[in-house]
Amino acid sequence: MSQRKKKQAGLQALFFIIISVLLVSASIVFLLNWDDYLRKGLDLEGGIYVLLEAVDTGDAEIDYDAIQRAMTIIRQRVDELGVVEPVLQREGERRIRIELPGIDDPGQAMAVIGRTAMLTFLSPEGEVILTGANLKNAYFTRGEYNQPVVALEFDAEGREIFARATQEYLHQVIAIYLDEELVSAPVVQAVITDGNAIITGIGSAEEAHSIALMLRSGALPVRLVELETRSVGPLLGENALRLAFSAGIVGLLLVALFMLFYYRFAGLVSVISLIVYLAVVFLVLAALKATLTLPGLAGLILSIGMAVDANVLIFERVKEELRLGKTILTAINTGFELALRAILDANITTVIVALVLFIVASGPVRGFAVVLLIGIMASFLTAIFLTRMLLRMAARSRLLKKPAYLGYRG
Amino acid sequence: MKTINIPFMKYRRAAFIFSGLLILVGLISLLSVGLNLGIDFTGGTIMHLRLGDDYSMDEVREVLAPFGLEGVPLQRVGRGEDGMGNEIVIKTPELDETARREIIAAFRERWPQMTGQDVLRIDNVGAVIGRELTREAFLALVAAALLMILYITLRFEFRFALAAIVALLHDAFVIIGIFSLFRLEVNSTFIAAVLTIIGYSINDTIVIFDRIRENLKYRGNRTVEEVVENSINANLMRSINTSLTTLVVLLVLFIAFNYFVGAMDLKMFALALLIGIVSGTYSSIFIASPLWLLWRKAGLKKKAPAPS
Repeated sequence: MSQRKKKQAGLQALFFIIISVLLVSASIVFLLNWDDYLRKGLDLEGGIYVLLEAVDTGDAEIDYDAIQRAMTIIRQRVDELGVVEPVLQREGERRIRIELPGIDDPGQAMAVIGRTAMLTFLSPEGEVILTGANLKNAYFTRGEYNQPVVALEFDAEGREIFARATQEYLHQVIAIYLDEELVSAPVVQAVITDGNAIITGIGSAEEAHSIALMLRSGALPVRLVELETRSVGPLLGENALRLAFSAGIVGLLLVALFMLFYYRFAGLVSVISLIVYLAVVFLVLAALKATLTLPGLAGLILSIGMAVDANVLIFERVKEELRLGKTILTAINTGFELALRAILDANITTVIVALVLFIVASGPVRGFAVVLLIGIMASFLTAIFLTRMLLRMAARSRLLKKPAYLGYRG
Repeated sequence: MKTINIPFMKYRRAAFIFSGLLILVGLISLLSVGLNLGIDFTGGTIMHLRLGDDYSMDEVREVLAPFGLEGVPLQRVGRGEDGMGNEIVIKTPELDETARREIIAAFRERWPQMTGQDVLRIDNVGAVIGRELTREAFLALVAAALLMILYITLRFEFRFALAAIVALLHDAFVIIGIFSLFRLEVNSTFIAAVLTIIGYSINDTIVIFDRIRENLKYRGNRTVEEVVENSINANLMRSINTSLTTLVVLLVLFIAFNYFVGAMDLKMFALALLIGIVSGTYSSIFIASPLWLLWRKAGLKKKAPAPS
């Protein structure tokens, strides 16, 4: 080898090492901090997913506007619950999808979200005197026996109606209904002119809180029924996350060991590309503001399999070329070219499946499809560009001078 | 290095019989007992609660009795300090929000140390959603199959497409049959699993077909049968290595999810993929390739009876 060639080889080796170390360390730092830029799904953090559908009741028409108003009211309720980053989305004509991450008590949230909460005061004859529409405020407080009550404050019109009603039905019973449920039926003791009233007969403080909250946000303009609910407690979510991550890391380590053992130096290159590949997938997910869910993690782990496959296909092809007696660099170049078409066709068919899943499916299956889709594309790019670049660099340097370094046992 | 040369095409009859039997058994099971459908399909409610170390199933049934649910399936899970399951999974028909709240309240009354955190999971799925899911699954399957036939026909030829589709249907049937036979629960993740297997199976088949296509161009005086066999053998290390690495990852996932009840669906997902990947690798070699060979031979006989 001439002096110049030697120097060049040394330079290539240096490049190889610098690029690899830089890429790998940047990727690892990025991956370790995934928590900062990727949202965790409900199944990993705990929270509620609810799908509601508006149903016809005869007296309220379900149109775009009604659903929109219902969503505004639900949003208000959710905000009062103190949920950070709630997701409220319209689905189709008459459905509302709600995702509330990081809730400590899913039960309470569930009790509040979809309930119509129509408050009505009924006369002894059963006629509607007053509804929640005339409320100015409602809040939780304690009654004279320390029992939980909801205090109501009517607006000007409500105050007037209520004063007249209490006069008319003095010493008679006025029934207070919340939706179809009779909450209390007090006997009017005095004429009330200041527009204040209290609802007693509520089971628990928690319930009184919920009722006050719903009354403050107003009644929903349409009746909503629950189609699907998934509520995951925070403990379960935390466990799932820990478990999925440890499983992923153990799986990855085993794959890395196998690649190193079987393909030697080429295996090392593929491990470098795999780490970069993972970082690329996370980068794209972060850019899309995607949420990482358990099915998503499963998709990720599976797409690692596909990424490994691309590398295996290439290395096996390179070995075949070596068997034909080609030099390392030529074998690498031809091997890549020949493997490329198989990888491309195979990946495109998988992309078709993932795309169909993405379009047709909803919910968790869709999350899986997104990650799979990104995973396939990222694996293609890293295998074709990064693995090839690094291998060629290594072949031109003195790092990769024997076919045995590629796992070739001729 | 020794070049591997296994006469795969010689085993095609055995493979066809084996696969045929496997599918037949699965089909009989599917038609007679059907699938063990989870709440994602049937609609229903699952409550997963942590009750603490000392509880008996009878106590749980007692709490459920006032709601008319004393006969529902219960499962003791989790791992308490005494090594016994300290959690319970209750599967009921669809319950509305009020009923669920009342049941949880009853449990908290019976086990006062329970907090909101001990309500680990509540899933409630309406029957409408189940029907939609079934339709979605069917649609996805048909759409994916048609698009793949189209793509492979464009890139290869129709016979390749047909052979690949038969192989992937084989894999789908094997997995569905096994789930039916062993009464394993099928939920929405199962659909994702079947579709992923379809993706993997087609991926695996295409890699071999690509090699056959390439080798046909430089066929020399080899017979088509030899071309197919050489192509499979040339790809063998790749087939083994790829499926092994994927299997290892899935096995780790399966074992991990085994220890974690919240991921019951994902455990089934991992299991379905494990079976599917074995089946997918097998079917590419033993179903798709020989089928293509048979059809090609049959086509040649019909079209060109003249000696080649």
